[in-house]
Amino acid sequence: MSSNQLKTMRDIFIDGVYEKMKKNKQIFFLSADFGAPALDKLRKDFKDRFINVGIAEQNLINIAAGLALENYIVYAFAIAPFMTMRTYEQIRQNLSISSQINPVNVNLIGVGTGLSYDLSGPSHHCLEDISIMRLLPNFIVFSPSDGKLVDEFVDYSIRIKKPKYLRFDSKPLPLLYDEIQDLNLENGFYELKKGKKICLVSTGYMTHTALRVAKKINDIGIVDAFILKPLNEKLLFKTLAKYDYVITIEEGFINNGGLDSLISKILHDNQSNVKLINRLGINDKHIFDLGERDYLHKLNNCDKESIIKIIRDINE
Amino acid sequence: MQKNSELFKKLSEKSLWVRKETLKIAKIVPIRLASSLSDVEIFAALYYGKILKINPRNLKWKQRDRFIISKPHGAISLYPILADLGFFDKGELARVGQKGSFLGGIPDASVPGFETVNGALGHGLGLACGVALALKKKNSHSKVFVLSGDGELNEGAVWEAIMFASHHRLDNLILIIDNNKISMLDYCKNIIDLTPLEEKFRIFKWKVKTVNGHNIKEVYDSLKSLKEEKGNYPKVLIANTIKGKGVPQLENNPLCHIKSLKEDEIINVLKDYYEL
Repeated sequence: MSSNQLKTMRDIFIDGVYEKMKKNKQIFFLSADFGAPALDKLRKDFKDRFINVGIAEQNLINIAAGLALENYIVYAFAIAPFMTMRTYEQIRQNLSISSQINPVNVNLIGVGTGLSYDLSGPSHHCLEDISIMRLLPNFIVFSPSDGKLVDEFVDYSIRIKKPKYLRFDSKPLPLLYDEIQDLNLENGFYELKKGKKICLVSTGYMTHTALRVAKKINDIGIVDAFILKPLNEKLLFKTLAKYDYVITIEEGFINNGGLDSLISKILHDNQSNVKLINRLGINDKHIFDLGERDYLHKLNNCDKESIIKIIRDINE
Repeated sequence: MQKNSELFKKLSEKSLWVRKETLKIAKIVPIRLASSLSDVEIFAALYYGKILKINPRNLKWKQRDRFIISKPHGAISLYPILADLGFFDKGELARVGQKGSFLGGIPDASVPGFETVNGALGHGLGLACGVALALKKKNSHSKVFVLSGDGELNEGAVWEAIMFASHHRLDNLILIIDNNKISMLDYCKNIIDLTPLEEKFRIFKWKVKTVNGHNIKEVYDSLKSLKEEKGNYPKVLIANTIKGKGVPQLENNPLCHIKSLKEDEIINVLKDYYEL
């Protein structure tokens, strides 16, 4: 696994799928003219099962759905905002609605979630995907924070015959789960650090920010939510119930159906005394500011220093 | 030749019966009647002419031809045919749109005989390309038929699929365009003029045939020959049709898509034109 230390999520996942394609002839891999270093090998060695549909994301979904209706396992690959928002009706009709009657195995891999394409501006930012993909019945939404989870998801993606959305960061991220033995993917979350009083619940890239915060403030807990639909809500509540306060952190729009809404719902449904005291993320605006990702987070009150200040204010 | 003339006689009689049954459904529940009347001969040729290889007793039969209906709002006229062929009980036709019925105003994959969900327009051809690709990969002899409206060709995703189909030489794909020339609010030519449609497909490297979509012999012969034709290209049949065909109040009325007939009007049409 250490070889995955500097690899991007897409390369780790594609390498995993490549190994599966060697034995499983039922797998197709489609791309909307989007690449990855690992993809070069796949498209060379599986010419008959790799298709570049061109810059045509709507057709990407329709072709994937058509192949899957004939029982192929399909992976579709594109830049995250275009994978989800250019194609929302194709996804809704041909995957979400249709799979309720005819189950299919289609895995939509969106790369560049949140602000991972920081310099490319708001057209390439992807701050809506958690909300809009979680909304769709019959979908599974995977939002990993590291390559080990991504690697684990390869088997799961083949085994579970459902439409899935895999939201991948575009940058290589340090491994978090390399040493963890008791991971159960289907729970959808993991308490990376046990703490007292305050728990940070985060997803994707922001879990790395949360861990950086924990290095400065010792006794906070950290929960990484990596499957945002469906997840073991009962167990998640049990985990959160040990704390007094929860803060959600996501690189997406807040107050509108994202991770924060999910946590708020779980706490509310359980008539919990645990207080969701802060929802961190992007609040109802697009980002035209330029600068590195952490700077953009700072402008939006969700960088390491801002979070530390919020926690210290609570503690005082 | 004798045999064929008997077939055409049967197909014409069935077309008349299908229009009659469709009108009877329109009496119970509001449907897109005009859209469901322009494609009757296409359905009759495919189903009663046995161009489609299907088995009502085995819906997932691997060797079946796939028929993806991209304009299902205009496929209420397929309900009587599917019932007649045993996909479901004929008694269901009297319950369209009623509580507990599975026959809705826009048919989808929950209706036996419908392969896909296609209420939103412009998706059927792309889906069909995926299915056609899968069948080629499996070395299947089954064909993929798609029924699309002409107004639906305004949708951009259709053209993504048109380009994809010829690039990937999907010679097992046959698109049928119910070219009834009317959209919801007006004649298509006044909204987005699609002419010259044949040339558009030719330039995109499709094999094109155009017929009078109400001449059952022309429709049958061309579908049969397109199905049998070998070539390295996808095929399209442009069927020139009349929206609302068989109901004088609707025929070629630019607003016929949204015009609903009152019950007594339907009764009169049935009496005057369908001997009921």
